[in-house]
Order: sequence, then structure tokens, then C-alpha cells
Amino acid sequence: MSRRPYVREVSRSWWWLNQRRYVGYMIRELSCVFIGAYTAVIVVSLMRLSQGQAAYEGFLDALWGPVGLAFHIVAFVFALYHTTTWFNVTPKAMPLRLGERRVPGGAIIGAHYAGWLAVSAVVLFLAGD
Amino acid sequence: MNKRDIEFEILRYNPETDEKPSFQTYRVPCQEDWVILDAINYVKDEIDRTLSYRWSCHMAVCGSCGMMINGEPTLSCKSFLRDHPDRIRIEPLSNFPIERDLITVMDDFMEKLGSVKPYIVPNEDRPVDEGEHRQTPAQLADFKQYTACINCLLCYAACPQYALNEDFVGPGALALAHRYNLDSRDVGREARADVVASNAGIWECSFVGACSQVCPHDVDPAGAIQQTKIASTVDYFKALLMPWRN
Amino acid sequence: MARSHKPVVWSLFAGGGTFAAFVTPVMIFVTGLAVPLGLLSPETLAYDQMLAWVQNPAGKGLIFMAVFLPLWHAAHRLRITVHDFGIRCDALVSVVCYGAAMSATVVAGVFLFGI
Repeated sequence: MSRRPYVREVSRSWWWLNQRRYVGYMIRELSCVFIGAYTAVIVVSLMRLSQGQAAYEGFLDALWGPVGLAFHIVAFVFALYHTTTWFNVTPKAMPLRLGERRVPGGAIIGAHYAGWLAVSAVVLFLAGD
Repeated sequence: MNKRDIEFEILRYNPETDEKPSFQTYRVPCQEDWVILDAINYVKDEIDRTLSYRWSCHMAVCGSCGMMINGEPTLSCKSFLRDHPDRIRIEPLSNFPIERDLITVMDDFMEKLGSVKPYIVPNEDRPVDEGEHRQTPAQLADFKQYTACINCLLCYAACPQYALNEDFVGPGALALAHRYNLDSRDVGREARADVVASNAGIWECSFVGACSQVCPHDVDPAGAIQQTKIASTVDYFKALLMPWRN
Repeated sequence: MARSHKPVVWSLFAGGGTFAAFVTPVMIFVTGLAVPLGLLSPETLAYDQMLAWVQNPAGKGLIFMAVFLPLWHAAHRLRITVHDFGIRCDALVSVVCYGAAMSATVVAGVFLFGI
């Protein structure tokens, strides 16, 4: 009897379209593009800051114009998606054990959200005054 | 007992006669308490004796009957017909070559599993009359979850990095390596690191997480790999910054 | 098989991802959304205010972290994603991604510690 195993080809570029969970994964991965782009905006802001008040205020005008606002709305959504997906997997990557029992994943995730709210509150407070 | 006629589209492949696989449809009068495996057994017993597939325990502990059920890696003995529509597509597990019909070639996994040394590497050879290794319940709790792996390969079928990268050791083998690394009786972590901490080991994983979603025994290979990444990173920097330690 | 050197980039990726998860949403809100949506006054990011932040040593350190860590996270993840899209020239992609992250970090560093 002869063996002739058949290998099924998988598309190197479009494999992720085959299942919803893969699409969710790709969206999570692509969130990094917006986080990177936003951080680049911060770097530009530092550049403008060093170039003097006029340059900096020109930058602020662009930042808060329609294109800037649209970008930030999209970036904000992706940043939140990054936060949620990152927190959700933390219990898997760093399980905590107390005695014989595992600390429930929900507790770890909840603690992260609490920390996130605290950090956000501090930043908002510092910005407000 | 109610019966429901279900159409099964099963991917067939005969290496001696077929150029490539093709679907064949069978109409099966199914009992309402059946699992997919019962229907496949009916096909073989009553309709088409040439259908080939693996199965054994029929209770989700042997890991033999993994296949793609409507595109999802599943144990056919664990998937109830009542959860499925009237037309069900069955294919062999993804990401493995097809030997014949629903039977895949598992050699790649067997080789990779062997390469991670999936056994206790003890600190010293204990003679039998010294008695057994002792473990506290807490020490057992450390690794018990990862002992549940039945080598069913559903995780490999779900993992896109295994699909796309020939060298990747894969979720199941890495979860088993982790099981032994966490076992207090074992000192083999350093020995396993040549494979586990290589570019084809944990570092090929991008934490898609599909493996853990399809695992029938909640082994959570994705979690095992992430924990190993953290441990490996700590080991790496310890070796880099404090080379005098070992 | 050789031990990988990925821990170097992965530790920065993990640190950057954690930092970004906690800090980036509120930063985007404060810098890009709150003022146009009328929730904070434009004075929040006024020139003199920002200069004060940047000239403060603690401010320099924080802003540097807020640039360096998320950039590294994005660079590493982008490298992986390019590979996931089937583009297989990892050496080139790595140089481009990490190079961009390092360049932007250096630029930020020059401005932060030069002002």
C-alpha cells in the first residue's frame, strides 16, 4: 500500500478571514498601529514645543481640527480595545495562587480596571488644574 | 426516541486513487442523544464501509477522534448532534497532512513532543526503596491543570502560527513542557529550554489564544506559553546580568 | 536549537503594552478629545503649561516613558502582524519597525532633555 499524504494549503495572507476569533485577533494586533501613530503625534508635539509658542499653537490647531479629531476618536477606540484585550489575558499569563486555590481571573481583571480608573482619574485631575 | 435526518458532508481522500480530497454526502437517520461519532459509526456500519477515521474511548479521554466539525476543531465523541443544524461538514483536523479520509499524519507532533522531554527529569536517581517523591497539595496544584492534556491535537488545528510556520513546536507540546517545568519533582527546565526557549518554541506564539478556546480539557496552552515566556525572559536576563549564577 | 534573544524585545513589548493599557486611553482623551468636545478648556494644553511640565525632571521622565514604552510595544506587534499577513522578510521588517521606534524615542529624548 502506498502512502501519499495530502497537504492542505492555507493562505499566508488571508487565513484570518476564515474565523471570527481570528478577525478579533487581527483587530487587536492592528490596535498597535494607532497606539504607535498616537505616540508619534506626541513626539511631534514635543518637537513643536521646542520650536516656540507660535509653532506649538499651530500644532494645537491641527490637533483639534476635524482630521485630528477623527484620528483621535479612532485611536481612542483602538486604545480601549487594546486595554480590554490586554487586561483579559493577564490572569492567563500571570496566574496567582493563594494556598491551593487560584485567585479567580475575574478578580485579577477587576483589579486592573480599578487601577486603570485610578490612573485615569489622576491624569484627569492633573490636567484639570 | 426521536430521529432526525442529518446530511453529513465528509471529506474523503484515498491516496491510492484520488488526486485530491473531495466531499461525499451521507444522509443519516440520527437519534436525538447521539454525538457526531455515533453518526460516523453509523455511516461506516450501514452505508459506506470504506470510510476511515480514528476513535477509541467515546468519552473524551483518549484524544483519538479529533476532527473539524463545521470548521471548528472538535472531539467527535463530545459534540452532540442536538447542537448542530441538519447539515454538518466534517473534515480531518486542520494543519496536518491527510493520510486517508479523516485520518491525519501526526508524525510532526510526535517528534516535537519528544523534543521537549515530556517526562520527569529528576534531581538525582532515587532508588526504589527510598520511597516515593512527596508533594504537598499546593505543589500539585501548581501543575495539575496541565496534566489534563490528552494529545488530541485540537489546539494544533486551531493555531494559525502552527498552520503558517513549519518549525513551530506548537501549543500542546509547550503546555506539556510547562507541566513538567512546574512539577516540583523535576529539574529539567534548563534542559528543555534549548527547544522551548528557541525561536521555534514559545517565541513563535503570538497569543492568538485559539488553542485554549478549543481545548476539551481546559488545559489552557496559551496561558502555559505566556507563563513560559515570562519565566524564560527572567532566566535570560539573570544569565545575562549575573552570569556567575547557575 | 539556539536560545532565542527575543526576551530582549519581548520584555519591552510587554512593559509597553502594560503601560499603554493603563495610560494611553486617558492620554488620548486629554490631548485629542476633551478640548474639541468642550469637556476641558484649551488652557489645559497651553504653551506655558506644557513647557512647565517638560522642564520639570519628573515630567521629563514620565513623558519619556510615555513615548518610549508604547512605541516599542507598537513596533514589536507591528513586526509580528506583518508576518501574520504573510510578508516574510523578518530581518528587514524588524530593522524598519525597531529602527522607527528607536529614532522616534531618540528624537523625543533630544527635545525632552534639551528644552
